[in-house]
Amino acid sequence: MSTAVTPPIKKTNRIGLEVLNYKGSRTTLCAGCGHNAISERLVECFYDLGVEPTSVAKFSGIGCSSKSPAYFLGLSHGFNSVHGRMPSVATGALLANCSMLGLGVTGDGDTASIGLGQFMHLVRRNFPMIYIIENNGVYGLTKGQFSATADLGSTAKGGAPNDLPPFDCCALALKWGATFVARSFSGDKKQLQTILKAAVGHKGLAVIDVISPCVTFNDHDGSTKSYGYMKDHEFALHELDYVPFFEDISVEIPEGDVTDVRMHDGSHLRIRKLDRNFDPTDRLAALVALENAEKKGEVLTGMLYLDTGKPTFTDLLNLSEEPLATLPQSKLRPTEAVLSEVMEHLK
Amino acid sequence: MSTLEVSPAEAPSGQRPAAVVNDFSIQVGTVNGSGSQTANTVLMRSIFQMGVPVSGKNMFPSNIAGLPTWFTIRASKHGHVARRKTIDFLVAMNPETAREDVMKLDSGAAVVYDEPLKLNELRSDLHFYPVPFDKLVGPVCPEAKLRKLVRNMIYDGVVGFLLSLDMEEMRRALVRQFGTRKAKAADLNWGAAQAGFDFASKNLTKTDPFRVERMNATAGKIIIDGNSACALGAMFAGVTVVTWYPITPSSSLVESLQVYLKKYRNDPETGKATYAVVQAEDELASIGMALGAGWAGARSMTSTSGPGISLMSEFIGLGYYAEIPTVVFDVERVGPSTGLPTRTMQGDILANALLSHGDTRHPMFFPASPEECFALTIDAFEFAEKFQTPVFMMSDLDLGMNSWMADPFPYPDKPMDRGKVLSAEDLTRLGGFGRYEDVDGDGIPYRTLPGTKHPKAAYFTRGSGHNAKGLYTEREDDYVNNVDRLARKFETMRQFVPKPEVTIHSKAKIGYVASGTSDYAVRESIEQLAEEHGTAMSYLRLKAYPFTPELIDFIRRHDRVYVVDQNRDAQWLALMRLEFDPDLITKLRSVRYYGGLPLDARTLTDEVTAQEGK
Repeated sequence: MSTAVTPPIKKTNRIGLEVLNYKGSRTTLCAGCGHNAISERLVECFYDLGVEPTSVAKFSGIGCSSKSPAYFLGLSHGFNSVHGRMPSVATGALLANCSMLGLGVTGDGDTASIGLGQFMHLVRRNFPMIYIIENNGVYGLTKGQFSATADLGSTAKGGAPNDLPPFDCCALALKWGATFVARSFSGDKKQLQTILKAAVGHKGLAVIDVISPCVTFNDHDGSTKSYGYMKDHEFALHELDYVPFFEDISVEIPEGDVTDVRMHDGSHLRIRKLDRNFDPTDRLAALVALENAEKKGEVLTGMLYLDTGKPTFTDLLNLSEEPLATLPQSKLRPTEAVLSEVMEHLK
Repeated sequence: MSTLEVSPAEAPSGQRPAAVVNDFSIQVGTVNGSGSQTANTVLMRSIFQMGVPVSGKNMFPSNIAGLPTWFTIRASKHGHVARRKTIDFLVAMNPETAREDVMKLDSGAAVVYDEPLKLNELRSDLHFYPVPFDKLVGPVCPEAKLRKLVRNMIYDGVVGFLLSLDMEEMRRALVRQFGTRKAKAADLNWGAAQAGFDFASKNLTKTDPFRVERMNATAGKIIIDGNSACALGAMFAGVTVVTWYPITPSSSLVESLQVYLKKYRNDPETGKATYAVVQAEDELASIGMALGAGWAGARSMTSTSGPGISLMSEFIGLGYYAEIPTVVFDVERVGPSTGLPTRTMQGDILANALLSHGDTRHPMFFPASPEECFALTIDAFEFAEKFQTPVFMMSDLDLGMNSWMADPFPYPDKPMDRGKVLSAEDLTRLGGFGRYEDVDGDGIPYRTLPGTKHPKAAYFTRGSGHNAKGLYTEREDDYVNNVDRLARKFETMRQFVPKPEVTIHSKAKIGYVASGTSDYAVRESIEQLAEEHGTAMSYLRLKAYPFTPELIDFIRRHDRVYVVDQNRDAQWLALMRLEFDPDLITKLRSVRYYGGLPLDARTLTDEVTAQEGK
């Protein structure tokens, strides 16, 4: 697999792979870009969980964020598609092979501007995949124009204010059918990694909006997507812990302020309440919390909503569990008798 | 044209004309939404079941209810099924258009009409048959709300009498149409047809010459529309992911495919679907899904028409450049823009050949009949995977939505070939692969499918510049090498696309080149030119793009070649100009029709005659 160097013995995960096996090619994004931190969290997440890299398919659209799938999980197939249309490509690919774990990485321009339609329809279908929005409020590759998630009144690098209100991708996802909605910050290692792990264990669409500052075009005073702004305005809803299905769950859950959610794969997400009451299974409460936070200029982070019971799009299609892509001809081409029957009916 | 026969059974009385048997067109003018489709299908099938070759063409508006629609049935003992310009037998049910329809008829035509319209006052050179439809429908259909529908069946009975149809065949056609589950509806309609027949036999005196006589030219044949035939082709090709967005005239392709898949492609052991059909949010998404599925190894397809093709253009470029198989059905309609959504055209040839920005070339297949819709669809799925590229199945509204007589489809004789796909074992043996390497010199690279359990299986697909290894690049030589290989791949396709059908007439100095549904008009026109002018013509029917050497040979051996285009801008001719030498190009002439109706032979014959200076 990897080029074996002489001992000492390498540290490996539960399926015997090293962390190196989860890395990709060297990043070409700016030093300090939030997206690089997200890539690192993804490497750790998949390594820690011992996910087989060849069972993951990565998808992205166009933009800085969408380049990043080249920088992690190099042993996984990846598809850098067209601007704003990653959801459709991922949908097709995962229908072709529903045994794959789908991981979409996109940006705020890709999702909330050009790709809003496809994003909303992915949400509406509760299509089973992970959908990470690396949200910095600007277009990096074209040098700093506002995207549709830029906050009203926030300023561009040159000082010009944004005079249109933002789309809140979490609110959209909540309202229209996603069953796992979270917001995090690229600088919050533990929270982001826990949310990513929980998303791997979820069956349904997991939308994770990660505020990920653009150090080149949107990290100044006046930006609401900067490291500085997040430091002052991030408000974590709760503290999260994740116990994967292969680990011992015997550690007792403290009473009162901790909710334990069993994920589809048997893992457990533990949500420890902080100073506010927040129930992540109450969709309406989540929408209200987002609305209130926006008024106060707060950025709420954490698990906004989780529904582990809703059927996914592939459930609705009654899809064969064996991947469609590799079904043999005997299952795909009906017999000669079937053709004769159809022809007879047309005579 | 038509052969006149004097039938001894019809003894001349007064100026009664000689009988015209099994060679005429019937047109039914109705209002859309009035449910005339059943009556028209039953009428057509009755003639078909009497062994007479027929074709049925529906000319309908882009509207739900209330606008004029015409259904034309051509019966032809010679087997001609192209649209005929002249109508011999009119059933005028639509007060809005009845007068204009009557005024357009050639002298000697017959008209069945709703009595209150008094169409007989318009002309004295036609055979008029007034029928009091409202009076007749009451007794056979007590339920008032059904009368609008059942009323149509009465004209079937009237026409049945006038054309000497075997009413038992009509009854059979009707039962077939309704199936055993709707026996009550069939009874109701049969009552109406009988009422029409009884009325006609007691009250109408046949004066026109048109008649159907039993033949044996349709035994074993089927009747099917091109969209259903493509759908069957897709099912037997083993399609697994089907995506679409509703659009006339392609919607019925996936709709009928869904019916077939549900019936025949659920795994008998698990009951699970071996396919996924997704009605996408738009054509951008449907092609995105089809490409995603093709990338992951599914046999995928989408179906659309011109406006959808315009939207898909960006993704098609990605499919070409990232080399992803899928099949795109383009059931062409009249453009540009919304155009005439319910009229036919072959207007996307040039656009699809070169669809998307940058240097792009795409293969296209051109079926001309239901048999070819079925067979070429299977070929298209094979071809897409062999060449790892989107393939266009070029149908049109006339082929896709109209009813055609066809031979039963033969079962595919070749096993599915999934193309150059490397397995984990292959990768171990080879020690790895370069996604865009031209290992075999045919321009076709090898690919792996997501999920292949091997550390060397993965590659990163991108629409941005990539080298032979699939890695990002902006280098001049990498870019040029890659797009030159793509050009090489396109050249390889010439050996593998379906070959044209060539009919060389030894005495011919001129020839036709055409594709798809132009075929019927071209073949009839060749007969017309021979009969009327003694002109011999050869014929090459294209079944695919890129062009093959057969076309070049064909042009070389003739003095002039008439390229038939169902579009204004001579798109086939334009494609030939793009790649042929000047000595070939100077031999090419253009014959075009772009009025939105199915092409007719007379238009071609007159145009060629004029250009030949005869």
